[in-house]
Amino acid sequence: MSDAATLEVASSLRQGKVMDIEFLYWEDCPSHERALELLRQVLRDASLPDTVRIVEIETDEEAEQLMFPGSPTIRVNGVDIEPDVDDAVVGLTCRAYRDSGGKISPLPPRELIVRAVDAARNS
Amino acid sequence: MTAPELATLAVGDSAPNFTLPGTDGRTYASDSFDDARALAIVFLANHCPYVSAWEERLVHTAREYEKRSVRFAAISSNDVERLPKDSFEAMGRRATEQDYPFPYLYDEDGSVARAFGATRTPEVFLFDAEKILRYHGAIDSDWEESEGREEYLREALEALLNQQKVRVPETKPIGCVIKSKSEGQ
Repeated sequence: MSDAATLEVASSLRQGKVMDIEFLYWEDCPSHERALELLRQVLRDASLPDTVRIVEIETDEEAEQLMFPGSPTIRVNGVDIEPDVDDAVVGLTCRAYRDSGGKISPLPPRELIVRAVDAARNS
Repeated sequence: MTAPELATLAVGDSAPNFTLPGTDGRTYASDSFDDARALAIVFLANHCPYVSAWEERLVHTAREYEKRSVRFAAISSNDVERLPKDSFEAMGRRATEQDYPFPYLYDEDGSVARAFGATRTPEVFLFDAEKILRYHGAIDSDWEESEGREEYLREALEALLNQQKVRVPETKPIGCVIKSKSEGQ
């Protein structure tokens, strides 16, 4: 991010305009790089600053503490992008997402990210 | 903790012996597959999205090659206390729902995964008729249904059935880490 962009984000944060986006991942689950790129692409497409906070989960204790249901997990303003996330079991594991066609994937569907970002922007 | 990149069982090694219960109520041992022209042992896990992504292609491949006397067997080795979706009961439901054309075996203590050196799901170990490992790794080169992927398992099967050398004998398995009971993580 350029200095100007950083200053703009900092200013927006002070004014409460920027959404808090967390990207939690476990290194051993291979989809995290593509998921992060997908998230950043959604932000670019929405002309939003890249304010993603990246959090690596390394132990089961951290996973429990942060209620981490699997890698990757994306939260916008503290809310999981998947409305009915199954967080009954937390831990170091790969997270299964279901797309609109019902197919299971290790990548979060783009539409889930877009919906979560839109909801936060309009709230 | 990072899982080891490759299995301890090397291409050219013999298949480890095992005896495991299947979700179909039968018990399977290594010699249950002695009639096979090739044997594919595939480590799976219900909870793993990579298994789900590859599952349809795996089932299709197994159906296609069973007609040519190739046998498949799937093994689940995860600790169900940490991964309850991988319980024996859930395995049985999965095998029925997905109509697995192969036995789905439960490696409760993870000892078979360790004997193979399996670290991921899905992960394939393909043996020839003499139970010598000829291919180890991923089912194909992309869990997504993309054009132009490399069909590692199919190519290896064709090579074995045509008594040729396997062109790509080892690839890196991509998927979920196997967390068996004694991994202590």
